[in-house]
Amino acid sequence: MAPRALILGIGNVLWADEGFGVRCVERLAQTHAFDDNVCLLDGGTQGLYLLPFLEEADILLVFDAIDYGLPPGTLKVIEGDDVPAFMGAKKMSLHQTGFQDVIATAKLLGRCPGRLVLVGCQPEEIEDYGGGLRDAIAARIDLALALGLARLADWGIIARPGQADASLLADPSVRRDAYESGRPSAEEACRIGDARVLPEGVA
Amino acid sequence: MGMTTPNGFDLDTTGRRIVVDPVTRIEGHMRCEVNVNDEGVITNAVSTGTMWRGLEVILKGRDPRDAWAFTERICGVCTGTHALTSVRAVEDALGITIPENANSIRNMMQLNLQIHDHVVHFYHLHALDWVNPINALRADPKKTSELQQTVSPSHPMSSPGYFRDVQNRLKAFVESGQLGLFKNGYWDNPAYRLPPEADLMATTHYLEALDLQKEIVKIHTIFGGKNPHPNWLVGGVPCPINIDGVGAVGAINMERLNQVSSIITLCEDFVRNVYLPDVVAIGGFYKDWLYGGGLSGQSVMAYGDIPERANDFSSENMLLPRGAIVGGDLSTVHDVDVRDPEQVQEFVDHSWYAYGQPGVGLHPWDGVTEAKFELGPNLKGTRTNIQEIDEGAKYSWIKAPRWRGHAMEVGPLARYIVGYAKGHEDIKTQVDGLLRTMDLPVTALFSTLGRTAARALESEYCTRLQRHFFDKLVANIKAGDSSTANVAKWDPKTWPAEAKGVGMTEAPRGALGHWIRIKDGRIENYQCVVPTTWNGSPRDAAGNIGAFEASLMNTKMERPEEPVEILRTLHSFDPCLACSTHVMSPEGEELTTVKVR
Repeated sequence: MAPRALILGIGNVLWADEGFGVRCVERLAQTHAFDDNVCLLDGGTQGLYLLPFLEEADILLVFDAIDYGLPPGTLKVIEGDDVPAFMGAKKMSLHQTGFQDVIATAKLLGRCPGRLVLVGCQPEEIEDYGGGLRDAIAARIDLALALGLARLADWGIIARPGQADASLLADPSVRRDAYESGRPSAEEACRIGDARVLPEGVA
Repeated sequence: MGMTTPNGFDLDTTGRRIVVDPVTRIEGHMRCEVNVNDEGVITNAVSTGTMWRGLEVILKGRDPRDAWAFTERICGVCTGTHALTSVRAVEDALGITIPENANSIRNMMQLNLQIHDHVVHFYHLHALDWVNPINALRADPKKTSELQQTVSPSHPMSSPGYFRDVQNRLKAFVESGQLGLFKNGYWDNPAYRLPPEADLMATTHYLEALDLQKEIVKIHTIFGGKNPHPNWLVGGVPCPINIDGVGAVGAINMERLNQVSSIITLCEDFVRNVYLPDVVAIGGFYKDWLYGGGLSGQSVMAYGDIPERANDFSSENMLLPRGAIVGGDLSTVHDVDVRDPEQVQEFVDHSWYAYGQPGVGLHPWDGVTEAKFELGPNLKGTRTNIQEIDEGAKYSWIKAPRWRGHAMEVGPLARYIVGYAKGHEDIKTQVDGLLRTMDLPVTALFSTLGRTAARALESEYCTRLQRHFFDKLVANIKAGDSSTANVAKWDPKTWPAEAKGVGMTEAPRGALGHWIRIKDGRIENYQCVVPTTWNGSPRDAAGNIGAFEASLMNTKMERPEEPVEILRTLHSFDPCLACSTHVMSPEGEELTTVKVR
């Protein structure tokens, strides 16, 4: 039987580059098709709700924003035990608590996918509530997908040009195009004003 | 220095200061500072939301029919509750009514979320404040089996072999060095009182709850199309009913309804046979630990939820009760009107926002969210490395909402006290029964344990309500009504040029309101006042302390450098700061630090 793969994007789309993982999976669904053993999921910032999806997978590919203190846009591929282990050691993923606990829980239950790979991107800006992906980060999506798909191919999961099942992705109103085009201007919504709430940014 | 707050708490800041930052096993970011005297008793408490909340501004100019999809993204826990509150606010503004079936389905989803959240909270976020999983390794599986059969004779999973298996699994997990879930524990603190067998039983149920929670959320997939992030619809629910249909994508048919029914049964069995008995059994070892009451004995509030009939939001129609109690006077339950500009107001005198003039409260329809970060003269440390906050000045990103000027506690305990005071039959029967079983007076409710017990009782009540609305839905469909949505006012051309509305729910952690103003078909202003804003609120201009702060007062700590007691009480509120606040600093949090100064 073909191994079952879960391709998961995590992050908060409302926080600029924090939404990188979710946007990756969205793009993947628009550009690639898979056999029925592959599931694409927008995990948002959910914790335990993701457990049932993990339990049904033999292979887990996660896209996420990570903080290694690298130059913005740097991509990192992390595999196997390093995924949760590194998450615990440092603030690697911006929602490590949620997802790290999901992996730990799946392990405690003895139902964690045997193969884990995380493709992470160092964000440029996350302190912009209501903002979208910065250009430099959006420009990394295709490369991130290629890195993830290459790893899946090693494990026998093949992507074809086409479109994938998007039923577990975000509602159309918060997908990237609608989200970006419907956004109020910075003047109207004080969106870029977030700097003022940082201690050093206040007069 | 000593002083008494208007809401009756004696504050003394002379003792040692203890800082817990961040408070772990919660959603979002929070810091807590307390002073303790020489006996280890807390004499002053300060709760700081260390994130900024800016949801309001990002909704400006959006289509009101999409607001739910954005609000669903605020938080990793109560996505559906925010979505429901949002569609209610829009429907209220535009005068849209929903069909009875939609009301039954929304109620089932909301009740399911309530049960799911309570179970996950108790077993996965709160139990470790009372239960010691490391101590469980010392348990005798046979004695654990006997304990299980005494505590809950109806629970089928109780053999010695079963507990031995779990113990071995736990042992392997702990020995693998990946303590993960159980890290940051104070496992040798004498505040943990359970015998190893009770620890093993409860830890086993921690695992059973994991399996349960993933099954029961499937109700959201059935009615909401998917989970996480189920779909919602202004005017009803997005799932058509085609009762004789077979395999139609998305439509509700008999097969799906049967699945819903079996999920409700799972909830009923777990809550009755596992959750409630565990609360009684664990609570029995902590019966004299009646700290943490805080505001619950004086000022509590609930908006009410779960309307019996669609479109009627009057107090009488709410199955989860509405009302406010102030000054501990249980004989008078005030009605709460969230539209009244004199009732719900938010103050910012001790919050990092500005309104122009001091001492002013704004109703959410007129609310503004303008940040103003400044620190008081008594701050210790620097702006970027705060060692001790100055609570005499602004000290939190959480605003201070007040009901007619009173600081209020919201949440399951508030709902249960309001219900009890109103003579709500189901609630009264449950509460009296539990107190009798545990041989405790009614005043024992006003405590950390009371909060935890109310959540368990409410879960049981919610399973019954879930069954009630399931039966109601099925009866209605059989009577020929398959309507699930009203799209008469879907087109913005049918809307007035300007409108305002409010949506209310009882989220798992308390009263939640969204206030919306719509202009020319777009969102003009959107304000959320979330439960943790009420509970986690800082002081107001008059000096009233908030619910978290009040709950920590006078608690005796076994070892001040190990804040088990602080975590226990704060966790009992099931705090969720993701939607009440937003990150302050990109440097943010490292691992939890506890500093004693």
